Amino acid sequence: MNPQDIQKIAHLARLQINDDVAAETAKSITEVLNLVDQLQSADTDGVAPMAHPLDAVQRLRADEVTEGNQRDAFQAIAPATENGLYLVPKVID
Amino acid sequence: MEWETVIGLEVHVQLATASKIFSGSSTAFGAEPNTQASAIDLAMPGTLPAANAEAFRFATMFGLAIDAEIGRTSVFERKNYFYPDLPKGYQTTQLEQPIVIGGHVDIAVNGETRRIRIHHAHLEEDAGKSLHEDFHGLSGIDLNRAGTPLIEIVSEPDLRNADEAVAFARRLHSIVTALGICDGNMSQGSMRFDVNISIRPKGEEKLGTRTETKNLNSFRFMERCIEQEIERQIEVLESGGSIVQETRLYDGDTHSARSMRSKEEANDYRYFPCPDLLPVILDDDYIDAVRQSLPELPEAKQARFQEQYGLSDYDAGLLSADAATAQFFEAAAAEAGDAKACANWVLGEIAARLNASDSSINEAPITANMLAGLIQRIQDNTISSKIAKTVFDAMWQGEGSADAIIEARGLKQVSDSGALEKIVDEVIAANPKQVENYRAAPEEKRGKMLGFFVGQSMKLSKGQANPQQLNQILKQKLEQ
Repeated sequence: MNPQDIQKIAHLARLQINDDVAAETAKSITEVLNLVDQLQSADTDGVAPMAHPLDAVQRLRADEVTEGNQRDAFQAIAPATENGLYLVPKVID
Repeated sequence: MEWETVIGLEVHVQLATASKIFSGSSTAFGAEPNTQASAIDLAMPGTLPAANAEAFRFATMFGLAIDAEIGRTSVFERKNYFYPDLPKGYQTTQLEQPIVIGGHVDIAVNGETRRIRIHHAHLEEDAGKSLHEDFHGLSGIDLNRAGTPLIEIVSEPDLRNADEAVAFARRLHSIVTALGICDGNMSQGSMRFDVNISIRPKGEEKLGTRTETKNLNSFRFMERCIEQEIERQIEVLESGGSIVQETRLYDGDTHSARSMRSKEEANDYRYFPCPDLLPVILDDDYIDAVRQSLPELPEAKQARFQEQYGLSDYDAGLLSADAATAQFFEAAAAEAGDAKACANWVLGEIAARLNASDSSINEAPITANMLAGLIQRIQDNTISSKIAKTVFDAMWQGEGSADAIIEARGLKQVSDSGALEKIVDEVIAANPKQVENYRAAPEEKRGKMLGFFVGQSMKLSKGQANPQQLNQILKQKLEQ
């Protein structure tokens, strides 16, 4: 990993980091990746990939409406609202 | 050069659950903004998703209906990107282990049946809505839709032109509405299409560079968009250019698509399994139980309509394509007795009006019961089929049942021969010249000339004369 890779990932995660931090992070992430490489040398033939560390399955809930309107409570802490909408800086993809 | 088009579709289908996929908020359409957005939908810290059993049942139904394999272990992943209508900063979706794997849908285009393969279909949550107008340079965010369950159906690139793509989309629409897993309401965004299009020289194996046009929510838009995009790609390639892999956004108002983003700036979604959700396991008993509960599918219904009601393949196909239309037709036919007449009304007058207002049969201002009432009055000769159109119009305008309209407007057919004779006498008296001509004409020319008298008499009866009787009386009197 080089500092440019780090900057790209930081951009995707909307994190602003300076070049010093990027260089440092590149170094430490490279170390983590080395560890992953080491792990990958383990023989995993016949081992199914694991999606979750808990040996359990998801319980499903019945399809019922249990949540009421709490808009006022939620919007009380929003920086800007109008006509029931949350207002954010204009984004057009 | 001759070009071949290759099209693949990604179809987002909103599932008709009462509550959201990971929260107990209502999914009802049209509520005041943000009144159906709970702490989970808003991604408040400390909340955890609780998966909705009905969403899994619906997705399983779809998988079984298209002859797919059901993923017994279903895993959710996080698709990470930033957009204000996605409060968590990721969409909870499926990637490696979706719930529906493979399967196929058969379509008929120009009398030829083609099998379109499905790559997979996965469960995911919908995002909220961004509104860009009228907020003094800001965007307004409504998160009512955030967390609505979707299945995204991904086809193989088996489609070769706009007609096939539309037939495929319509088929999916009829399957999901027949299953009752989606309300099928296109104008409310219940089904949305992304279209991947590329072209290649005919005979070439290798696929050309594709573009993706997102967010089409009508069959008509889809057809236009595909035709335009094929034309655009041919033009670019034939003038020596090359296709840029990009995402295009279709604008239904201007009927044109514009580039949204190209591959270079394409998102890197950094998928990973969602730690908040455990794998969902569906066992054979569960899948068998869902299979037992499947309703009649459009293909089977089409065959039954032909058999049971003596309808043509074409009419049966149209009536069975939409579950609500099929139900309306069957309810009316059961009551009116005359299935063919019902089919004609549903596919004729009713379909024309619904098309014109781009609405579904559930939004029609008349019920199956009202249509049956009208057809019965034609059958028992209370009104002629011509007057029936007037009555139908009035029913559509909300003036009540056929009987009420016939009564209120005095539209009852005149079958009283005394009254008809009076009308005919009047017409004969008023047109001595035509009568003379008629009587002088040879037999074979009279049929055509009779039309004049029928027209005049009908006019005088305000369209209410019983046509068979009128004809008979006219002939009789003219030939005296």
